[in-house]
Amino acid sequence: MRPSRAGWLFAAPALVAIAVFFVVPVVAALLMSTTDFDIYALADLRNVRFVGLLNYLRLLERPLFWRALFNTFFFVVVGVPLSIAVSLGTALLLHSPLARLKGFFRTALFAPVVTTLAAVAVVWIFLLHARYGLFNYGLSFLGLHPIDWLGDPHWAMPAIVLLSVWKNFGYNMIILLAGLQAIPGDLYEAAQLDGAGAGAIFRHVTIPSLAPMLLMVSLLTMSGHFQLFAEPYVMTQGGPAEHTVTVLYLMYEDGFKWWSLGSASAVAFVLFAFMLGFSLIQARVARRVGAR
Amino acid sequence: MRRPIASLMVNLALLLAALVTLFPLAWMVSASFMAPGEASTYPPPMLPQAPTLANYRLLFAEHGILRQVANSLFISLLATALSLTFNLSAGYAFAKLRFRGRERLFRLLLGALIVPAQVTMLPLFLMLKEMGLVNTYAGALVPWLASVFGIYLVRQYALTVPGEILEAARMDGAGELRIFLSVVLPLLKPIIVTLAVLTFLGCWNDFMWPLIVLTDHAVQTLPVVLAALSREHVQDVELMMAGAVITVLPVLLLFLGLQRYYLRGLLVGSVKG
Repeated sequence: MRPSRAGWLFAAPALVAIAVFFVVPVVAALLMSTTDFDIYALADLRNVRFVGLLNYLRLLERPLFWRALFNTFFFVVVGVPLSIAVSLGTALLLHSPLARLKGFFRTALFAPVVTTLAAVAVVWIFLLHARYGLFNYGLSFLGLHPIDWLGDPHWAMPAIVLLSVWKNFGYNMIILLAGLQAIPGDLYEAAQLDGAGAGAIFRHVTIPSLAPMLLMVSLLTMSGHFQLFAEPYVMTQGGPAEHTVTVLYLMYEDGFKWWSLGSASAVAFVLFAFMLGFSLIQARVARRVGAR
Repeated sequence: MRRPIASLMVNLALLLAALVTLFPLAWMVSASFMAPGEASTYPPPMLPQAPTLANYRLLFAEHGILRQVANSLFISLLATALSLTFNLSAGYAFAKLRFRGRERLFRLLLGALIVPAQVTMLPLFLMLKEMGLVNTYAGALVPWLASVFGIYLVRQYALTVPGEILEAARMDGAGELRIFLSVVLPLLKPIIVTLAVLTFLGCWNDFMWPLIVLTDHAVQTLPVVLAALSREHVQDVELMMAGAVITVLPVLLLFLGLQRYYLRGLLVGSVKG
């Protein structure tokens, strides 16, 4: 057998699987978003009609869609910077030559990343409990009033942000730590010889050296945050007062609760468009800042 | 700032961060051994007054959760085996075997990473419904067959396999399959472990797809059943904590045992930009 034929044969099973179970569904979803595919179509495919962009236009008229968009943006805009700040802070601590027991601390801080999201979300429901939760118990020591975290429309999404930061910061921490370790030591030495203080070194050596990695980390984190679903599903069922309904949650409800698969597909593509748009904007801004 | 003080501050900050991070997990374990109702008192207790296994017994005896443990284990193991089979051979092909259109195809695959998997879920569900695979293990396994990430991971590692070894084996008259199985695979051992751990943990922890495709209690996985139980048992904190421990503990232990391999995969995966 010639190597070139072998190459195709070795790659073929994976490529076929990706084509059948990924590429075809993506195309099908795009087509479906231009139809009125619903529970009647589910029973009999002859009931499907082409409706053009109607699903997309109808979305614009739905208050719940705007609500979901706002909630998702809130989660992205607040959650991503907060999460990366915690990752960077802990990575800097772990990178410090003064830190002891680095292996232990690294494992401890990373542990939430490998836990099961649905399970820890259940744990957090009780940690956030308005009466018996340990969060409010902690607040009481600070002289603060208890917060009905998951029952108050203003606090439910911030509570989910907290859970998500706790669950995910270790991931970027490991990546940023590797980035910090890759910065050549003579850069620091040169800055110290020039008499730069710790703050100046951080701003003029650490951050610029880490910039490409920070961009990549923020792109990945952002795309992850756009896909928020399990936390609201498990903890709040989209409530209270629809303040934790996210775009993906809306897709799930439209598609798998009400079986409006056409409109749910449109929601999925709106999400995709926003993720793509945000990534492009962020990459462009980063390039411009980098060029300066 | 003098060094001893700076050192103390750095280590105190780390200790504090670690305590805050581990606290929810520690409380989960502690509350799972509390008597029913004990956690719902004020001030909230940190440790069980008289540790009991009652919650675990209830989960296994009354709720038959062993079934879901087995489902999770079975699906995750099978997903791991499938993902290894598909991704190892493809990753090796993209790294070491020349074939027409290879580079362009690989760029196309990486481009597909930008599409979120959730976009595929609605048509995929319909497809599986047509094939009669809803509420079956096979339905849950479909997304785990091959992944762009897995292929990428294996390819990056396989690029380091020296071409001379493969040429020498070919000169000796070994077929391509034979070379792959007995020359290449042993060299790929570290990345095999990495891909296996990543896939197993990813599949075990997965929520949205199993929630969609497994609606029948008998085939559901632990995270899905736990989410359903927590809606029915809003008051039973201790019972739910036992369920959370059963779900989280296996993956946490697996991670602790194979940490090195897991973190390698994370770092390779992160430079894909």
